[in-house]
Amino acid sequence: MTTPIAPPPKKDPQQRTRVQTLPSGARSRAALGLTAAAAEGRFMLQVCAKCGTVQYPPRDACGTCLSVDLPWKDIAPEGRLIAETTVRTSTSTYFRERTPWRVGTVRLEAGPSIICHVHGDVARGGAVRISNRLDKSGQGVLFALPAERTQNMEDDPQLREMTANPKFRRVLITDARSGNALALAQAFAKAEASIIFVGEAEGWRPYPHRDELAAIPGVQLLPLDVTDTSSVAELAAEIGGKTDILVNNARFMRPGGILARGDTVFARDEMEVNYLGLMRLAQAFGPAMLGRGADGQNSAAAWVNILSVYAYSNLPALGAFSASSAAAYSLTQCLRAEMRPGGVRVMNVYAGPTDDDWHQPLPPPKVAPQALAKAVVAGLKDGLEDVFVGDVAQDLIDRWRAGPKILEREMSETDGGAA
Amino acid sequence: MSVQASNPAALLGDLALALVSGAVEVVDLTHTLDPDFPVIVLPPEFGQCARFRMEEISAYDHRGPAWKWHNFTCGEHTGTHFDAPSHWVSGRDVPNGSVDEIPAERFIGPVCVIDCSQGAKANEDFELTPEVIAAWEAENGRIPEGSWVLMRTDWSKRRGAAYLNMRDDGAHSPGPTPEAMRLLVDERGIRGFGTETVGTDAGQGAHYTPPYPAHFFLHGAGRYGLQCLNNLDRLPATGAMLIATPLKIRNGTGSPLRVIALVPNQGLPNKDAQ
Repeated sequence: MTTPIAPPPKKDPQQRTRVQTLPSGARSRAALGLTAAAAEGRFMLQVCAKCGTVQYPPRDACGTCLSVDLPWKDIAPEGRLIAETTVRTSTSTYFRERTPWRVGTVRLEAGPSIICHVHGDVARGGAVRISNRLDKSGQGVLFALPAERTQNMEDDPQLREMTANPKFRRVLITDARSGNALALAQAFAKAEASIIFVGEAEGWRPYPHRDELAAIPGVQLLPLDVTDTSSVAELAAEIGGKTDILVNNARFMRPGGILARGDTVFARDEMEVNYLGLMRLAQAFGPAMLGRGADGQNSAAAWVNILSVYAYSNLPALGAFSASSAAAYSLTQCLRAEMRPGGVRVMNVYAGPTDDDWHQPLPPPKVAPQALAKAVVAGLKDGLEDVFVGDVAQDLIDRWRAGPKILEREMSETDGGAA
Repeated sequence: MSVQASNPAALLGDLALALVSGAVEVVDLTHTLDPDFPVIVLPPEFGQCARFRMEEISAYDHRGPAWKWHNFTCGEHTGTHFDAPSHWVSGRDVPNGSVDEIPAERFIGPVCVIDCSQGAKANEDFELTPEVIAAWEAENGRIPEGSWVLMRTDWSKRRGAAYLNMRDDGAHSPGPTPEAMRLLVDERGIRGFGTETVGTDAGQGAHYTPPYPAHFFLHGAGRYGLQCLNNLDRLPATGAMLIATPLKIRNGTGSPLRVIALVPNQGLPNKDAQ
């Protein structure tokens, strides 16, 4: 078992906040395949299309037959720890500050032996499950976990470096009025977040779940409207220095594409909330989070965007909303690059139709708020960058990867429930 | 004082002196344009009134070293605002129905203030009826033609959710009945009608026939509306002058504006109230 982490003490105001250092982030283009797989929490390696050899480490030509056709495939994660050591010091500043650090060699059942980080609960010679994780540099690294769950295994200090576990962290959910705010707050309370700030726009207008939301232990409702720069700046001035995980669930959507709407009023609202709202939040909260990536157990850890999967391919029935989602998606790529030096993960959670008023005429499957909230917390615990929730989102991204142009044509035949 | 008998130049000179001496006081009837000030809320599938928003262009910094300025955005009907006849379907064909077309002299006029604050305190759906108007006239005389008429409810003192007072069946706030509006518009020939609430109509005004009677009758007859007014408790029932000049927006149906009143200083109470 792992020694459970203790609730972090209050910050010593006389101590300099520790600056984030990073493990080596240099990778070959081939090796970035591991990073792409880790972004979704998949353990993938190259498998030679010609001779079937599983490759490790990533490379440009097959180690057995020299074929250059090396597609990335999901690999069975089972293996055995055949050698291990604990690093006590290092020339790398990042590891030097975090020793002792356990590393080892695992013989995979799929073939190759790999060098990996090793969880403290893995026994010498023990069975392991390989997990592909993003490290603080945002690069894919392999991590050997015990084959069976162990007690408090999420609290392993090495594993915690690779994740954005909400335990003992302070979360900001940006939109209390959203239909998923309640489920998100409940999920974070269950995940032992220490404070759950929830931003509330337009307190002069009631909304149905306010009392239930306010009653969740740890929830604090604070004024925040992502369309109002002064409101975002004020809240960041107050709690920016103790926002460890920011979940942007603010969203504006109305059905319709270009021609039926006939004006740009709703489109402007969609851009104000979905795109500029994200930018305002990032400009206000980003710098403080960037500076607190290594600030102890409750360091700034992650920025979560809840996005429509139609960011990838426009659904004409929700055409204008899809466009605002695409703008937001593009901005999250910029945010991810800018937050990376601070070790703060930017996680996008994509959903298709969600179970709310604006998708009411649409048939199932729709993503329920509880399913979305569960995916957010699970994604943070796994330290992911991209999460596709529900069958519609998963199917869409699969089709997008197979051929975006084919998907574009298919989308125009899809009913978005706008009728 | 007889206007006909006065020399207009002397009259203005006297007024200027009275303003300087404080004998005539200027009362600000306007709320601050604040991003968090309530606007009217419609069913979400309809277009909505934009909230007031402000973005800094520069603040004596790298974006402009010696100056500070902002861009702001809002709707024509955001904050303390003016409703032109073209705002309502009944006034769509009224001549000079948009804010840029209204002759400037229409913006200034005598003002009658009907105090409904006690009624609104007791009943959030308090109605301004012909009976209430008759009682006011019994005390203050007939409402002169061309007057602004303001319905004082002290609603401007409400904050947060209490202002719109939204419930599952809609907003609850005081306003005029159709009969009262017909009386004011058709029989008294008022210039316009103003309230402290978010609209000239009651919160439940959709349920009258016709719906939204203040909008319907005022604008259909080419008259004006003022709403989200402030400080009406600082005005006398009669004898003040109202100045309400909207922005000159081409084809504009309304505009946020600074509404002020010229009030004879008689040592009115609440002088410092905001």
